[in-house]
Amino acid sequence: MKFLKLLALSSVFGFAATAANATTLDDVKAKGFVQCGVSQGLIGFSQPDDKNNWTGLDVDFCKGVAAAVLGDATKVKYSPLSAKERFTALQSGAIDVLSRNSTWTMSRDTSLGLAFAGVTYYDGQGFMVPTKLGVKSAKELNGASVCTQTGTTTELNLADYFKSNKMEYKIVAFEKNEEVLKAYQEGRCDVFTTDQSGLYAEILKFANPADHMVLPEIISKEPLGPVVRQGDDQWFSIVKWTYYAMLNAEELGVTSANVDEMKTSANPEIQRLLSVAVKNPDGTDADNNFGKGLGLGPDWAYNIVKQVGNYSEIFDRNLAQLKIARGKNALWNAGGLQYAPPIR
Amino acid sequence: MTLSYVRTIDAPKLAAPASTAGILAKLRDRFAPTPLSAVGTIVIALFLGWAFWSIFQWAILNSVWTAADREPCNAIGAGACWPFVQAKALQWVYGFYPIEERWRANLVFLLGGLSLAGLLIPKIPYKGWNALFFFAVYPIISYVLLTGGRFGLVEVGTEQWGGLLVTLIVAITGIVASLPLGILLALGRRSQMPVVRTLCTGFIEIVRGVPLITVLFMASVMFPLFMPPGINPDKLLKALVGVGLFSAAYMAEVVRGGLQAIPKGQYEASMAVGLSYWRMMLLVVMPQALKVVIPGIVNSFISLFKDTSLVSIIGIFDLFNIVQSGFNDAKWASAQTGNTGYFALALIYWAFCFSMSRYSQFIERKLNTSYTR
Amino acid sequence: MTDNSMQAKSAPLPAPVGGESWYYNPKVRGYASQIIVVLLLLWGLYEIIGNTQVNLKKLNQNFGFDFLTQAAGFDLSTSLIEYSSNSTYGRAIVAGLLNTILVAVLGIFFATIIGFIVGVMRLSKNRVVAGAATLYIEIIRNVPLLLQIFMWYALVLKPLPGVKEAYSILGSVFLSKKGIVMPHPNFGPGAWVGLAFFAAALIGTWLFRKRARMRQDETGYITPVWLISIPIIILSPFVGLALVGWPLSFDFPELKGFNFSGGMTMVPEMAALLIALIIYSATFIAETVRSGIQAVSHGQSEASSALGLSRGMALRLVIIPQAMRVIIPPLASQYLNLTKNSSLAIAVGFPDLMYAGGTVNNQSGKAIEVVFILMVVYLSLSLFTAAFMNWFNSRMKMVER
Repeated sequence: MKFLKLLALSSVFGFAATAANATTLDDVKAKGFVQCGVSQGLIGFSQPDDKNNWTGLDVDFCKGVAAAVLGDATKVKYSPLSAKERFTALQSGAIDVLSRNSTWTMSRDTSLGLAFAGVTYYDGQGFMVPTKLGVKSAKELNGASVCTQTGTTTELNLADYFKSNKMEYKIVAFEKNEEVLKAYQEGRCDVFTTDQSGLYAEILKFANPADHMVLPEIISKEPLGPVVRQGDDQWFSIVKWTYYAMLNAEELGVTSANVDEMKTSANPEIQRLLSVAVKNPDGTDADNNFGKGLGLGPDWAYNIVKQVGNYSEIFDRNLAQLKIARGKNALWNAGGLQYAPPIR
Repeated sequence: MTLSYVRTIDAPKLAAPASTAGILAKLRDRFAPTPLSAVGTIVIALFLGWAFWSIFQWAILNSVWTAADREPCNAIGAGACWPFVQAKALQWVYGFYPIEERWRANLVFLLGGLSLAGLLIPKIPYKGWNALFFFAVYPIISYVLLTGGRFGLVEVGTEQWGGLLVTLIVAITGIVASLPLGILLALGRRSQMPVVRTLCTGFIEIVRGVPLITVLFMASVMFPLFMPPGINPDKLLKALVGVGLFSAAYMAEVVRGGLQAIPKGQYEASMAVGLSYWRMMLLVVMPQALKVVIPGIVNSFISLFKDTSLVSIIGIFDLFNIVQSGFNDAKWASAQTGNTGYFALALIYWAFCFSMSRYSQFIERKLNTSYTR
Repeated sequence: MTDNSMQAKSAPLPAPVGGESWYYNPKVRGYASQIIVVLLLLWGLYEIIGNTQVNLKKLNQNFGFDFLTQAAGFDLSTSLIEYSSNSTYGRAIVAGLLNTILVAVLGIFFATIIGFIVGVMRLSKNRVVAGAATLYIEIIRNVPLLLQIFMWYALVLKPLPGVKEAYSILGSVFLSKKGIVMPHPNFGPGAWVGLAFFAAALIGTWLFRKRARMRQDETGYITPVWLISIPIIILSPFVGLALVGWPLSFDFPELKGFNFSGGMTMVPEMAALLIALIIYSATFIAETVRSGIQAVSHGQSEASSALGLSRGMALRLVIIPQAMRVIIPPLASQYLNLTKNSSLAIAVGFPDLMYAGGTVNNQSGKAIEVVFILMVVYLSLSLFTAAFMNWFNSRMKMVER
């Protein structure tokens, strides 16, 4: 009773109680920035520095969307979200796009009213052990104590993996990632498990990174990607093609450094990516403005590449420091899974 | 009248026995009245000496005072890593509040400090106006200043607030919301009307019977479900509602204690002069009852202040959470970072709570004398 | 309006006229306002239930407790009952509840002992002793418990060796970063005889003490009851077991690979939580005890010294029994606080009720049901503790002449 009243009051005061309206594109254009949900701090994906500037792969993706829609990659506001609140924030319209290393699963795609726009990073759950244990494979971990975060799919995958390999383990699970790390470093457990990208990120924080190693096994599929609300197809396409533009740019060798020269390229694929107007053989103007279909200007992809970069630039900028190899995240023609439909 | 066996002149005054006089006896009385006690003195003194020496060594002698990053703190045998505290201090106070907007937070701190000082220092007059300002005007001013979005102020979302700022917001909201709510609940619990009485008693007992973290958990996961679809209350707001309800229930019991201390004659007298219920409460009973329970209110504020650290569990970046998340910064993560952070945190919380408890004792003594003599 | 009512009330007798009579009738007003409160409450409930239904539908969920029988899929680090990831959500919550009760009972036991000692120390004539007690109380009380739990966890973990270099006591109890591992007793058939002997020894001691008291009243002779009965109590279960052929074996822990297997383990998370809870709650209990003792009039202690009782005897026989009347009610609320504070276990990952409930909620998405269960269980724990303390209080009450 009392709290209902309180709440009604505070809603009147506008305590950031937001409701979805109109189309997201109009909304974003009207307010002049993209509200982007990111994680509360994961090196390489989204991390604030001492001056509250955000960096990371997920953050760069948000910047790409802003560049495509508003022509200015800096027009992004970040909402750091915990794992529990991220989808509610998106459903309620508090954010426009969720770029927060979220795993694409069927239930999330179908029953939560969400739509995954692509896979910006192919991840999987892995294990880390101290080198001095002398373990070379996850199959040798029978009887080990495993540190993990509670209330995640990680916890469930872990149980499944050990069960299916007929091994035993002892779980040591904490509410917060910091506590998991601390316990692992203190030697409370032998193994630390989370997404492999996370393992590589955490290793950097250790006093002696060389004393720890990531085991080769990946025990789950964790395709991570940006998420939008279901039912706004235009916005869904914009987010999806922001990602594809980054991939296509890499495939075509267009980088933030050479994008201006590339505008004069004779390669028709590059011309279509950058919306360079050309004459058809019969003399008519070819309509190369593929941004129109998205409700955006012709410079949409140019802005992405110029201001943020292509996929490999983004990857190297954020993840090379973690010593993560491209691996599955290489382009399809380089042995990886990253594949973008052509622009035409 | 004089009897021969009754002395008429005083016997010569003797000095006290050597065993009970002099500085040695005094010392013995204070430090070793019995052999067992002497052993206790020695053991405790040795332990305290060792403890203080270890802390002194760690915090002062072996500690690192200047460093650009974690390297010196990682050295073997290094003590506290103070540069970490220095680098993070501003973030601890303001969280992620935009740097160029921090004057707004400062202004809120200043106004709150001045108003509280006016309320708490007995000599300062205009208590009534001050209370009105603190309980009604100040929250609105702070809200407008901190969130912005009007009067030309840049909007700052609550997800950017953090650190001591949020800790104080949670604590002060707790007290500002709990006092009126608590008074109403206490009156309700003593009401003649069975429905009101049952509801208030039920609410108070249920909230007091469960841990704060359950209440916070409820506020954070169930609250959104209760709201009309499409409305997602702000995370900080959810925590504030949880803390407010929780402290209201405790405050109600404190106030009820005060109400019970008011002699029945006061009620009867006010009814006899024809005051209505609310006038009787407002003019006669409450002023007396609240005065009696000021120490109780300060005490519950102390526990509320300590309890604010629990909002970190539901993901609010209060002081506690922001210090802890700093341990994770690759630039500063070292063997001593965590210990230094916890030590600093303990000092900060202790300084706040200890000064409040001293204030409570001071006011208790003051009220005591004015009542008994 | 209030002015009118004043006049109406103070007007000399003639019954209030017509329309005003019911309006100013306090009884009618009382009923009316209660009806309004009830209506408001019903309306609020209606809104909440309606909204919740819509919201649940949007999330493809429905209200119900049948999820409790589904497989949980996650593990708990320590449990008093058989539990694995194949067990049900319901079992996970029960395992958590048992862990909560374990921590609460152990915590209450040790916190009471330390609290009484420190409370008496604080009143000691010895300045060092009293000063140390004050220092302890003033430091510990003013630092959040959550912070203390984290600090103790760090302090407990740091100095302990890895599992391979574990400290060992007699080769059967091991102390390492993975906790304390102790031999686990296995009781065979007939083990109840041991228990029966133990119970018999306890009852015997009680009777013996009663007789000794009577004898003391009659003859003034003091029988050393405890000196005689404590060894008997300790030895009795073993005698009983030996009589039926020792149906007791121990499962000794053994280092196998990464961990000890066999035996029973107390994980370091629980140790940290318990130490923090005990140290923190003991300060409050000490303050309760101190004020209780101070509430006993000075004449009582003077009278006891006049009778020649030593200070220890005076405390034990005269002062504390009287102080107990003042101490027990606040002590009860300290016990409640300790039980509730044990929910902070979630911070260091000790699987108590709150931890189990939170994880079940995360994995099953049944927020309302889980919160409901948590509230009901914590409330019943509180009520149970309160009822027990009330019973104890009525037993300790002074019988007045």
